[in-house]
This record gives sequence, C-alpha cells and structure tokens, in this order.
Amino acid sequence: MIEGAVWRKWVFYNIPLILFVFVLLFPFYWMIITSFRPDGELYRPWNAVNYQPFWTNKPTLEHFVYLFEETDFGQWMINTMFIAVTSTLISLFCGVLAGYALARLNFPFAGSLGTVIFVTYLVPQTLLFIPLAEIIRNFHLGDTPWSLILTYPTFLIPFCTWLMMGYFKAIPKELEECARIDGASRFKAMVYIIVPIAVPGILSAGIIAFTLSWNEFIYALVFLSSPEEKTVAVGVTSELIRGDVFFWGSLMAGALLGSVPVAIVYSFFVEHYVSGLTGSVKG
Amino acid sequence: MAVTAVPGMVGGRQPLPWMRKLEDERWLAFTLLLPTAILLGLFIAYPFVEGIFLALSDARVGDPGHFVGLKNFAKLWDDSIFWTSVWNTFWYTAVTTVFKLALGLWLAMLLNRHFRGKAIVRAFILLPFIIPTVLSTFAWKWMFDPTFSVINWTLFNLGFIKARINWLGDPSLAMTSIIVVNIWRGVPFFAISLLAGLQTISPELNEAAAIDGARPWARFWLITWPLLLPVTMVVMLFSVIQTFADFQLVYVMTGGGPANATHLFATYAYQIGIGTGLLSQGAAVSLAMFPFLFLIVVIQLLYIRRVEVR
Repeated sequence: MIEGAVWRKWVFYNIPLILFVFVLLFPFYWMIITSFRPDGELYRPWNAVNYQPFWTNKPTLEHFVYLFEETDFGQWMINTMFIAVTSTLISLFCGVLAGYALARLNFPFAGSLGTVIFVTYLVPQTLLFIPLAEIIRNFHLGDTPWSLILTYPTFLIPFCTWLMMGYFKAIPKELEECARIDGASRFKAMVYIIVPIAVPGILSAGIIAFTLSWNEFIYALVFLSSPEEKTVAVGVTSELIRGDVFFWGSLMAGALLGSVPVAIVYSFFVEHYVSGLTGSVKG
Repeated sequence: MAVTAVPGMVGGRQPLPWMRKLEDERWLAFTLLLPTAILLGLFIAYPFVEGIFLALSDARVGDPGHFVGLKNFAKLWDDSIFWTSVWNTFWYTAVTTVFKLALGLWLAMLLNRHFRGKAIVRAFILLPFIIPTVLSTFAWKWMFDPTFSVINWTLFNLGFIKARINWLGDPSLAMTSIIVVNIWRGVPFFAISLLAGLQTISPELNEAAAIDGARPWARFWLITWPLLLPVTMVVMLFSVIQTFADFQLVYVMTGGGPANATHLFATYAYQIGIGTGLLSQGAAVSLAMFPFLFLIVVIQLLYIRRVEVR
C-alpha cells in the first residue's frame, strides 16, 4: 500500500470505516437501549423537550419480565433451537454424503446432478410456500416442529452439499487409494479417512446452516399456528403486535434475546463462518 | 474383508453382499445421494409440480377446486396491484444491488489493509447479515416509527428538517426506507465476500502498476476490478435471487402497505394466498416469479462462465 500523509489516511480510510461500523451497528445499539427503557421514556414524541433518546437513567427489566410471563417466549426459544439443531444435523448428514459422492465418485450424470444441486440452492422459499403448505397439511405435519425440520433441509442440503463438494475436491485422491490398498472398503475409506479431514468444512457448513434455519421466516409463519408451537421470529411478530399496538419494549427485548444464540455460535466460530461464506461464493 | 483392521467397526455383523455392492462406485454414489434425493424430491420437486396444478385451479382453503386453465394468470394480468408488485420487485432488486455492490466494495477495500483490531471490526461488521432478518428489521421499524423516530429526532436537532418525516406512511418513502434496510443487511455479505476476493489479488500487481505511473483510479479499473469480477458475479447472483424473492423485510416493515404500494411478488402472494385464502391465485403470483428467476440464473451463469473462461 502506498502511504501518504496522516490526514489522508484519516480522510480516506479511518473516517469512512468508522462511519460504516457506526451505521451497521447502530440498530443493534438501538435494540438494546430500547429493551431496557421504561415505557414512560419510550413513548415520548421525538420532538418533546428534554428528550434523550440515546441513554436511559432508569433501566428496567419490565419488558423482559413481560416477555416471559405474558407470552410463550421461552417456549419459542426452545422450539427454534430444537428445529434449527435438528434440521442442521439432518442437512449435514445428507450434505456430507451427497457432497462426497458428487466430488469424488465417478458415476453417470455426476456433472448434471451437481448442476441440479446448484440450481436447487438458488430456489427461494417464497417460490414454493403455498403448495408446500398444502403438502404439509396433507402429510398431517401442520403446526408441528416437523413441518419445519423436514422442509428446512430443502435449502440447507443444497448449501451444505455445495460447500462440502468444494472441501472434498481439495483433498488429494491418493489418500483414499492408500486406504484402499491397505484393505479398507470404499465406504470405510470415506468415513475414516476423508470425512475426518473435512471436519473444518463440516463445521463451517453446520454453523451457517444453523444461522440460516434460525433466520427462516416464511415457512414458520405459514406452517405454524398455535402460539406455543411458534419460533422466535414468528412469535415475536404475531404475539407482540395486537392490531395497531406494538409492544416496542418487549419486541426489542425479544429481538435481542432471539439474536443471542446466533450471536454466540457466530462469535465462537467467526473464522469458520467467514471461510464457509466465502467458500460458498467461490464455488 | 479386513474388517478388523479398523477399530470400532461393527462390520462383522453387516451383510456382506450389501457391503460388496458399495464397492461399486455407482452403487455407492446412489446410496449416498438417496437421502438428499428423497428430501429434495418430496419438498422441492413435488411442491413445484403441485404449485403448477394449484395455479391452474380455483382452489381455496378447504376447497380443492377444479382445473380452470390460465384464468388465474389472466386475472393477474388485469390486476393493478400485481403490476405494482412486479415493478416494485424490479426496482427494489436493481437499486439495492447497485448500492450493495458499491458500498460493499468500498468497505472491502477499506478492510483490505493491516490495522489494529481488524479481526474484531470484520467480526462485528457481519452482524447485520447473521442476526435474524425479522428481528433486526423490527429495530429498523422502530427507528422509522412515525411518532418516536430517532432518525427524525436526529435530523431535527441537526437542523435538517422542521416537521416529522412519515417514513413508512408515505408510499414512495416507504419503498425507500425498505431499500435502505435491505442495503444495510446486504452490504456486509458483499464486503466480506469481496474482501476474500481482494485478498487473492497479489499486491505486486498493484505495486508494479504504481511504479509504471498508474493512478489509483486506473489501477482499480484495470487491475482490481477485472480480477475481482468472477467473485463479484457469484455474489451478485446470490444477492439478486435473494432480493428478488424477498419476503420478511417488507412483511415486517410495511406488510405491503400503505395502500398496497410496497408489495413484492412474495408479499403479494402471501396476502392473496394465505391472507385471503385464495390458494390458487397466490400460487399463481408466486409462480409468476419463476420465469424471471430462471432468466436471472441463466444469464448470470452464462456470464460467469464467460468471465471464468477469459
């Protein structure tokens, strides 16, 4: 990099970067501060005198209490966690096997099947949600977590498969050949030699799949109806808005708590997340 | 079979013919792909076919309906709200993609150098992308609240405005507000992906060009941009598809209002199909997205192939 004067560095790098970080993170600050403010402070018009929007001197937990006492928020968290973990595990299982087959085995139509996987990866959930709702109803899965556990893999498996294909392709063929010369079957060479090497890839795929299923909304909105079956995103949307009345404090508290599991998983595995994200783009 | 060679196997109990069959690559591939094929077949291929039948019928909630041909699509053709959603979807996708690309690239270039705390900054920057969209969109909706807007407060106290701005109540402003939130959410994805692309470009190329007297702008257009193009195209492909088929952001921000002015394909399909229970009509709106999505994918894939071959 060609360095100039100090002021140039500030004008061209530091200040724009600080602005980016500020804008990208401000909504989260706003979420946090809102969830701790008492209603009396929250609902003051923006042009009222002595209005201090950015800080509160009377932090309160009333919104959190409301969340747990008046709604099924705890249950929503458990539901979402169960659905996200189970569908991620199913998708990882299918994706690792399929990715291995497509990346390392010779069989007819391997190339076109890879393209099919890539195209299904691009199918948005909003294209199919209405017929899928009918199918879920016909299978008697409506209003159960299984309606989501079985449908989330439709967008998670293509993603996991695609990512795993990239990881498997990078492993040299000789490794398997050595194992097979030593007498291992193809299947065992896969399970004991190749899959363990791909563990970082599996971890990346798993983390992203987890955040994707935690983020999913339209299927959960359409397939679930009873309050105690809902996921966090749907529960917050439907139970904390009554007609025109928004329970903003509790809404923000719910949004905050609902983001925590994803944020924790992400913070522990940032590098895996980023490598998975960029790996999926490289293709 | 040398089952005992690998510890922890239950191999002895497994039926031999089955294991032997897996020695054939084709059988092994078939077995490994089977679970994926079943799940994708049941919940993507089948609903797709079902969706076409649904769109060609007059089904409603609780009434399977009859075949009516293209009547639903003919009805959409005369539906002004449908055309508003079509226009909105294209506008929304085009504007957000341009901004996400420009800002994302800028942010990627800001991050593509050594400074203290780079890892932390990069980790925090991705937050808008990983936090569930619905939840972060609520924070924005609250920031855009007509009466309690913190944005209005700031603009007022900085002296930019005299009266409140009704961000989500005014049709054209509402669309702009939604676009802002989508850009906010998408920029991190562009930035991090493009940053990974930038890091594969050898700095020597830039230095050599600088020694030859190329100005920064020329260096960007003649070196960085062409080398980054393959990554850029793939990122755009994902982003365009996701944005085109977006639902949650609009659903939370405006629900398609005010006066149906901010509907996209997906929210309009939801309103008709689930909201009023006209399943067939809703399926038709959803399905109307398909040719456009198909075209986008084909064009971009062809273009990516051309860029990669070059």
